[in-house]
Amino acid sequence: MSLAVLLAGVSFGYRPGQRVLEDVNLRLGEGEFVAVAGPNGGGKTTLMRILLGLERPTAGTALLFGEPAHRYSGRRPLGYLAQRSVVGGDAPTTVREVVAAGRVMPRRIVGRRTPEDGQLVADAIERVGLAAVADAPLRTLSGGMQQRAFIAKALAARPALLVLDEPTTGVDAESQESLAELLADLHGELGVTIVYVSHEFGAVEHHVQRIVLVRRTIVFDGAPHDLPGMWHDPGHVHVRE
Amino acid sequence: MFESEFMRLALAAGAIVGVLAPAVGFFLVQRRQSLVGDGIGHVAFAGVAAGILLDVSPILTALVAAVLGGVAIELLRSRGGAAGDQALAIVFYTGIALGVVLVAEAGALNVDLFQYLFGSILTITRSDLVLIAVLGAVGIAMIVLLYRAFAAVIIDEEGARVAGLPIGALNVALAALAAVTIALSMRVVGILLVAALMVLPVSAAGRIAWSMRSTLVLSTGIGLACAIAGLTISYYADLPPGGTIVLTAAGVYLVALGMSAVRGR
Repeated sequence: MSLAVLLAGVSFGYRPGQRVLEDVNLRLGEGEFVAVAGPNGGGKTTLMRILLGLERPTAGTALLFGEPAHRYSGRRPLGYLAQRSVVGGDAPTTVREVVAAGRVMPRRIVGRRTPEDGQLVADAIERVGLAAVADAPLRTLSGGMQQRAFIAKALAARPALLVLDEPTTGVDAESQESLAELLADLHGELGVTIVYVSHEFGAVEHHVQRIVLVRRTIVFDGAPHDLPGMWHDPGHVHVRE
Repeated sequence: MFESEFMRLALAAGAIVGVLAPAVGFFLVQRRQSLVGDGIGHVAFAGVAAGILLDVSPILTALVAAVLGGVAIELLRSRGGAAGDQALAIVFYTGIALGVVLVAEAGALNVDLFQYLFGSILTITRSDLVLIAVLGAVGIAMIVLLYRAFAAVIIDEEGARVAGLPIGALNVALAALAAVTIALSMRVVGILLVAALMVLPVSAAGRIAWSMRSTLVLSTGIGLACAIAGLTISYYADLPPGGTIVLTAAGVYLVALGMSAVRGR
C-alpha cells in the first residue's frame, strides 16, 4: 500500500523550547479512514497543520504522497475542512461559488471555469444535499448547512486525501450522524483517504478502521475495538499516566 | 456636451476608470483592505512629486512609485511581521512625507500639483487616453483571467494554501494591479479621491447583489454610471469633476443602503 502521509520523528513547538508535539511517528496508507483524537490542547490541530504543510516540523520529516509536506506540489488534490470554516469577504457568496473555489488548482490558476468544473461542482453540491439552496448566499444558511458547503468544496477538488478538523463543532447531533454517513460513503465508493480529527469520536467511531490518540505524542494507534474502555472518552487519556 | 473634444476625451477616460477602479477595488474590499488604495495613492503622490522634480512625466513616476508602494505594503503585511493596518500606515505616511519634501524641493506647490491631487480629467489629451485605454485593457484582462484564483483566496485562504495555490504571488499581483489602477485614475478623480472610486461602488453593489460574481459585475456598472453621470453633472453645473463623480457614488451607496433596508436584509 502506498503512503498518503508519513510523519517520522516529528517534533514541533511554536516557540523555542516549547514542545507541542514530540517524536510523532505516523504512517497513513492511501484509502485509509482514520480518526485522530485526543484531549483539547493535546496537539491534534498542530499535527494536522504539519501533515498538510501549513507548519514545518522543528525536527523530523513530514511527507505528503512522498513529497515534503511544506513544499507539496498539489499533484494529488487535497481537501481540507478547517475548524469553523467561515466564508471570507463581505459579498453574498453563494454555495455554488464556495464549492467552485475548490476547483482552483495550482496548475490551473489562470483561466476560466470549464464545463467539467461545473459538473464536478454540481455533483459535490448534490452529494451533500444542498442542491435546493445551491444559489443561495452562504451566510443565509444554518451552521450545519454552511459546513456541508465547505465539505462539498473539499469534495469538488476530487481529493486523494480529505482532512477534517473538528467537523462536528457547533453542529447538531442529526447533522453529525449524516456527516459520518457521508464520509463512510465517500470512503467506500471513491476510496478517498480520510483523516477525521476530533476531541470526541461521536458517530464516526463506527465507521473508521483506525483510531490514533494524540497527547503530545501518539499514545494509541489501532483498531477501535482494541481501544481500552476508559479511553472512549479521549478527554480521559491522561488517566494512563 | 459632446461637441467639445475635451469632454469626449474626458468621458472616455472616465468610463475606463469607472469600470476598472471598482473591479480592482472589489478584491481589496473583500479582503478587508479597503484602505490599501488610499495608501498606494499617497505613495503615488511621492511619485508625482519626483516626476516634477526630475522633469519627467509625473504619470510614469507615479506608476513606478505606486507599484513599488503596493508591493511594499503586501510584503510588509505578509512577511514583515507588521499587522495589516500597520503595514499600510507605514507606507502611507512615508509616501506622503516623501511627497511633501520632494514637492517643496521642486518648488511646485502650485496648480500643477493640484491637478494630480484633485484630478484634471478635462485636460486629458489623446495620448493620455491611449495610455489609460491600454493599461485599462491589461487590467481588465488580468481580472478576467485571475478571477477564479482571487475568489478562491477570498473565500477560504487557508483552503487555498492547502490546495497549493501561490498565495504570495497572487497577493503581489493584486497589489500591482491596484497600483496601476491608481496611477491611471489619478488624472480622472485625483489622488485624494481615487480610493473612493475603488470602494464606494463595491459597497453599494454588495447591498443589492445576490452572489459574489454579481457583486463584481454590479460594482463595475455602478462605477461606470457614476463616472458618466458625475462628469455630466459637473459639466452642466460647473462643479469639479473628480469630486462630483465621487459624490455621485456616495449617493448611489445611500440609495443601495435604503433598498437593502427596505428588503429587510
